[in-house]
Amino acid sequence: MQKNWWKALCILLLLYTCSYGFFVEVPNPPGVPLKQTIRNLFFHVPMWIGMMVFFSVSVYYSIRYLRHLQPADDIRATEFARTGIVFGVLGLLTGMIWAHFQWGKAWSGDVKQNGAAIAVLMYFAYFVLKGSVQDEEKQARISAVFNVFAFFMLFPTIWILPRLSESLHPGGMGSEGNPGLNPRDTTASMRMVMYPAFLGWTLLGVWISTLRVRVRLLSVQS
Amino acid sequence: MQAIKSIVIVVFSLLTSVVLLAQDAAVQPENVFTSNGKLGVVVAVLVTILAGIIFYLVSLDKKISQLEKKK
Repeated sequence: MQKNWWKALCILLLLYTCSYGFFVEVPNPPGVPLKQTIRNLFFHVPMWIGMMVFFSVSVYYSIRYLRHLQPADDIRATEFARTGIVFGVLGLLTGMIWAHFQWGKAWSGDVKQNGAAIAVLMYFAYFVLKGSVQDEEKQARISAVFNVFAFFMLFPTIWILPRLSESLHPGGMGSEGNPGLNPRDTTASMRMVMYPAFLGWTLLGVWISTLRVRVRLLSVQS
Repeated sequence: MQAIKSIVIVVFSLLTSVVLLAQDAAVQPENVFTSNGKLGVVVAVLVTILAGIIFYLVSLDKKISQLEKKK
């Protein structure tokens, strides 16, 4: 039970996010037409935060696999990458819903949208690569190397490129904030929900990943 | 006669106002579910779904733990 405290924390934070997240006062400054949709900060943005965390964990285990060649590390890297893709696709879909009502089109070719889509596609390629190699050790080695490559492409596509041109997202050329957030849209009381939301959704993904890892390890042992 | 008439009118008007107040209270009981355009109902739905998913995850976690113990 002692090592499960973070699961209880995850449940608490998510219940807090999904209830108080709707009642917290949001700013409505003139010239910013976000209105109530800024509450998506508690649901859409955490998907990307989670995705980055899972891909980071995944590349950590890939490098560990390359150093020690333990099959368990390859399993961990694979399952965290899988959860990362799920969160990334959810981030794309929720972003498209938001964009449809905010920017008029679900996909307007915004640099951030394109970059995020490329990032997710690269990780699809990781699984294509895994599926195309029969030999288990070869598969683990090649995919681990590819994972390192994909990880170092991930941050340029979602953080650096969107900054270099004009973007509908915050943080593009000539707009405030970083590619994730615009400080003008948030208040101190909103951040009291936002950071717990980031942590809560990320912990949920970690939980799901560890369940998958445990099942895979069980099936390898038997 | 005049006095009785005015008393009746006063009592009657008091009653109507009471009735109106009661109606007001019945139509608009301001609580977390009905204020803010009934947003609270959606929150309740979302929390129920979340609780269901968490319950599912917890039971999955327990099942996997049991399998691990058998090894």
